[in-house]
Amino acid sequence: MQAFRRYLRNPAAVLGLLLLLLVIGVALAAPLLYPEDPLDLAGRPLQWPGANPRFPLGTDPSGRDIAAQVFHGARVTLLIGAVATLVSLGIGILAGALAGYHGGWVDDALMRVTEAFQILPSFLLLLVLVAVFGSDLATVTLAIGLVSWPATARLTRAEFLSLRSREFVQACRTLGMGDARIIFREILPNALPPVIVYAGVVMATAILLESALAFLNLSDPNVASWGNLIGAGRGVLRTQWYVSAIPGVAILVAVLAVSLVGQGLNDALNPRLKAAA
Amino acid sequence: MRILALALRRLAASLPTLLIILAGLFLLLQLAPGDTVDALAAQMGGGDPAMMARLREFYGLDLSVPAQLARYMGRLVRLDLGFSAIYGKPVAAVILERLPVTLLLMGSSLSLAFAGGMALGVLAARRVNRWPDTLISTLGLVFYATPSFWFGLMGIVLFAVNLGWLPAGGFEEVGAGHTGLRRAVDIAWHLVLPTVTLTLIFLAIYLRIMRASMLEVMTQDFVRTARAKGLGETAVVVRHALRNALLPMVTLIGLQAGTMLGGSVVVESVFALPGLGRLAYESVVQRDLNTLLGIVFVSALLVILVNFVVDLIYARLDPRILAGR
Repeated sequence: MQAFRRYLRNPAAVLGLLLLLLVIGVALAAPLLYPEDPLDLAGRPLQWPGANPRFPLGTDPSGRDIAAQVFHGARVTLLIGAVATLVSLGIGILAGALAGYHGGWVDDALMRVTEAFQILPSFLLLLVLVAVFGSDLATVTLAIGLVSWPATARLTRAEFLSLRSREFVQACRTLGMGDARIIFREILPNALPPVIVYAGVVMATAILLESALAFLNLSDPNVASWGNLIGAGRGVLRTQWYVSAIPGVAILVAVLAVSLVGQGLNDALNPRLKAAA
Repeated sequence: MRILALALRRLAASLPTLLIILAGLFLLLQLAPGDTVDALAAQMGGGDPAMMARLREFYGLDLSVPAQLARYMGRLVRLDLGFSAIYGKPVAAVILERLPVTLLLMGSSLSLAFAGGMALGVLAARRVNRWPDTLISTLGLVFYATPSFWFGLMGIVLFAVNLGWLPAGGFEEVGAGHTGLRRAVDIAWHLVLPTVTLTLIFLAIYLRIMRASMLEVMTQDFVRTARAKGLGETAVVVRHALRNALLPMVTLIGLQAGTMLGGSVVVESVFALPGLGRLAYESVVQRDLNTLLGIVFVSALLVILVNFVVDLIYARLDPRILAGR
């Protein structure tokens, strides 16, 4: 509760929360306001925003409603961002927990693999995964999660390293608990807060990775993603620059919201860090 | 000499990691639908089964998986990255052609992000919690949250299309026949927008780290001593605090080298630069897996190399690293 009050006293964090609620609201409103498929032909192509009251944000080069794509894009972005973050946290926590708890050769092996993923540029690895496994929505989401877990693993490992020799863990061992139970039921809840805070960064990165992939036409072309729309507007950039500009602002708002909330949570949960900075 | 020994030890420690990367790449190749021979056959418009079997034998594709892995590793150690069916040349030659553009783009972006982040970070730390700090930190956050390709596109709209100050893309004026210094100026002119675009993403991270590091260093005893012996504020900041505050920034270069390579894929595609990143994109589109995996391998080598250099710089900046051993 105290942390919550500290969070509300931070104006940047409150702004982030409001922006996040805005994006979630837009995502929820999309099927109500625009029940038709946003990728269907809606009207004459390349109408400027405001020129036709039916299309407040104009139409794109294929005659699709930009406003409808922006609304439905919020759904796609939040879905990909959230699922990719869960995948990334899942892998990262598992690898970090096992490495930190067991130490020795398990730690060595897992950390070498983590380093391998850190050395490879994540966007390049994402390109390879898409080239090999295809680019439908589920594959892209999984692939984004798969390239962005190393930092979570390192964070979790550090927490486990400092927690594993505490007295409560020794007490658990004395009671005869198994490793799995100690790791997941006893240590993990204590190690989780910094990892959850870091999820904001992971989700922001996931959204940016997906938008870049979609911009290059390498993501799923059958969903109304903001990155897809920016890519579609690229051909008419010289004259109808609004086609690319509008979804870019949407991405900016979403990423800003997620990172501000993450940072706000961090400051609220670790007030000492804030004072030191 | 001891610096070199230390850095070399770290370099040797990254060898097992490189082996894991190679094995992973090989595994991905195995999972990909079709092999080199299928790609060649498709290129030639189909081939008879007997010839394809002979080709598989020629490329060693009929061997067992572990034997193939051993051959693959053996080839990579000799920097033989295979043959690109699309470009009709060895992959190593294709990559070598494209590498200088990417290195130039990365080098200039890195320098700009480092210098800009350092200046802005110091400025923000000197005026902490007042309007210059708030303004700089907010700008940093906005830059961080903006997709780089969108910045690039908007830069093209503003500076190339509307104002006409800068070229919209390309590496140099094609067919202008510039040589020597004029060519260098022309290339630099074309690289202004891509460099700034790639810089903006990293500027935010550098300035945030620099600000935090500067704030921490300024509270330490040696800064108080410097002030106590009567040094002016500028001398304290520039001669004493800056050098110590730079250490985390140097670490960041190593950590960000991979991200920067990934970012150049997008930026090079936006500005039609003939670099490694654009090659990676093209090879995904053309299903040229040999080239793509070659690029990944070269990128990994590049990142390891950058970290090696960072280790050297680090030891030079902070003599305590060597004394601690």
